[in-house]
Amino acid sequence: MTTKFSEGVVAESKRDYIKKLALQGTRIDGRGFDEVRPIKIKTGFIKRADGSALVELGDTKVLVGVKIEPGEPFPDTPNMGIMTTNVELVPLASPTFEPGPPSEEAIELARVVDRGIRESHAIDLEKLVIEEGEKVWVVFIDMHVLDYHGNLFDACGIAALTALNDAIVPAERFEVGEDFKLPMNHYPVPVTFAKIGEWIVADPNLDEESIAKARLTVTTSEEGKINAMQKGLFGTFTYEEVKKVINRSLSIGQKVREQILGGADGEEN
Amino acid sequence: MMGMKSDIKLIDDNGLRIDGRLPNQLRPIKMEVGVVKRANGSAYIEWGGNKIMAAVYGPREAYPKHVQESDRAIIRARYNMAAFSVDERKRPGPDRRSVELSKVISEALTSVVFVEKFPRTAIDVYIEVLQADAGTRVAGITAASLALAHAGIPMRDLVVGCAAGKVDGVVVLDLNKEEDNFGEADVPMAILPRTGEIALLQMDGDLTYDELTNAMEMAMDAAREIYKMEIETLKSAYRGDDNDN
Amino acid sequence: MEEEKKIRKIVVPGEEIDMEGKPGRGVFTENGKLYSSYLGIVESRSGYVNVIPLSGCYIPKKGDKVIGKIVDLAPMNWVVDINAPYYAPLHVNDVPWRVEFGDTGRFLSIGDVILAKVSNVNEMGQVWITLKEQGLRKLEGGHIIQISPSKVPRVIGKSGSMIQMLKDYTNCRIYVGQNGVIWISGSPEGMIKVIKAIRMIEKEAHTFGLTDRIKEFLERGDE
Repeated sequence: MTTKFSEGVVAESKRDYIKKLALQGTRIDGRGFDEVRPIKIKTGFIKRADGSALVELGDTKVLVGVKIEPGEPFPDTPNMGIMTTNVELVPLASPTFEPGPPSEEAIELARVVDRGIRESHAIDLEKLVIEEGEKVWVVFIDMHVLDYHGNLFDACGIAALTALNDAIVPAERFEVGEDFKLPMNHYPVPVTFAKIGEWIVADPNLDEESIAKARLTVTTSEEGKINAMQKGLFGTFTYEEVKKVINRSLSIGQKVREQILGGADGEEN
Repeated sequence: MMGMKSDIKLIDDNGLRIDGRLPNQLRPIKMEVGVVKRANGSAYIEWGGNKIMAAVYGPREAYPKHVQESDRAIIRARYNMAAFSVDERKRPGPDRRSVELSKVISEALTSVVFVEKFPRTAIDVYIEVLQADAGTRVAGITAASLALAHAGIPMRDLVVGCAAGKVDGVVVLDLNKEEDNFGEADVPMAILPRTGEIALLQMDGDLTYDELTNAMEMAMDAAREIYKMEIETLKSAYRGDDNDN
Repeated sequence: MEEEKKIRKIVVPGEEIDMEGKPGRGVFTENGKLYSSYLGIVESRSGYVNVIPLSGCYIPKKGDKVIGKIVDLAPMNWVVDINAPYYAPLHVNDVPWRVEFGDTGRFLSIGDVILAKVSNVNEMGQVWITLKEQGLRKLEGGHIIQISPSKVPRVIGKSGSMIQMLKDYTNCRIYVGQNGVIWISGSPEGMIKVIKAIRMIEKEAHTFGLTDRIKEFLERGDE
């Protein structure tokens, strides 16, 4: 209940400073409004997982482990595999995170990442049937936040996508055939924006997030489709702002996708 | 979107939907305030097959104390589905979906309430879905907005919920349950009718930029219609006595 | 006693008010236009446009007389529920008795009802109340009902005319707190009549000709 993203009281001076910079078209860390922080990816980081990725988005750090196990299909989808997502905001990652059951922040985060992957049909779940109606592969996507410096939506989304792309279905371990690469159809990338005063910046860092009035995440695919959106915080957007944000997320998402899939071959990018 | 495949034809040869509506037509909506006497404010809404009740308690001192904000009231919306509200019994209590919806609804309502007038307090907004027929969050936030106004909470605008989406390749307004289950996308929104600001926006499915903006514009147009119903509902609750000289 | 006859205009939150005047209570401005903050009734008074809420909780104002209930005890104060967003502390220095440290429970205990005055309110919403003034005291026996604080002026009436009429016709003692809490003491029949009349006033508070209808009801003796 008490795990919060924001640090509570923000010094007025910081608010003023960030807005002053925005007037000059720049940001507290010198980035342009559409510039995403540097992304570093290490796939295969956890050997016991079937797929994994340690992702740094600026100073924000997220580790995603994918485990794949046989299980029963849902009765209404007997010929499809299953995917589930979970986020843990462990107290190690921030002084504002507390131990306990998943906070609403963690639940929202997991569900927004889930929606992007599920709605774009990123994983080819139809190829994850072992025995129709009886046994299918269940893909567990567990996201562990290790250092919180803003914008967990994008860090988790990128980490989940790269970990899935890295994953091998462990058929041999369960004696149901040969191992195979987790089949992927699409590569959805979330891009999150924060509204600060009248400015809207991509990939907000912790300082920006702490003074943001409203947040909007748009997840787009490599086909230029929009698969998920989530607005957050107490402020609002005008329709014109939303349209611009969608367009910006399409182009930023494309750049991020090229960058992370190019570098997701097991080595550091 | 469930992503299920279906043989049901959701749009017929005349371009009509399975419940006979045009693509840009709302389901019938009925609203009422003052349905929970014990609460500071309350409202009931029937929207298509949805039956939803909302009640407001507060502002009252927020407990536990650590949830208090020293410079404003916190708005705690709780979206809850009754076990019998859906075809297959829903296990009572909060699941991940209702936790998320409660959060985005709370945030959207906070955008209109003058929360700075009531430091350290909580305004509790309880939304009970008694019967669900797709679009429960937007119907629920509409009822919550009525209940807040009815509770005498100061606000800079009302809130109107409305959704649009895509079924059988056609962008449509206000999806019903079949359309939600077998459709291709859903875009729930909450709009501040006076300023046109967007206070809640979610989307899932598969849409091009043009389809998405069509859907949003359809929902925003319909919001004007729903806003008129909100005004009429609030005023008529008191107007009966008013013409009595 | 009849006011001018006109339809009172009901507005909803965010509705534009098309009137000349300065923004008063319950009104906010944006781009030079006036808007209502409440579901309420528009009134224009000495150059200000106000919206009187039709419902809502009690917001304490310095000098208001309120009826409250003791909900907690501390060594140096009582905690009083005055039907506002916040509880109000009543300090031992603000009562007409000499209270030793830790001895608060001997004078007022949990559940007791008092008629008090708001002595101070700060911008944080904190409220202080006092019993140190003529007429303020613990209210013994009687019965308590609650109405919306926005309807208190109608129950009191112009220069207290409505409340005086209720007292005259029923021989009840009645105190009306600005916080919407009303204390009534008298014969059972009298009290029932007062409560019925107050519920009538509450329901029809924003209509005209109310005083006459209440008078008629009190004279008729029954419905």
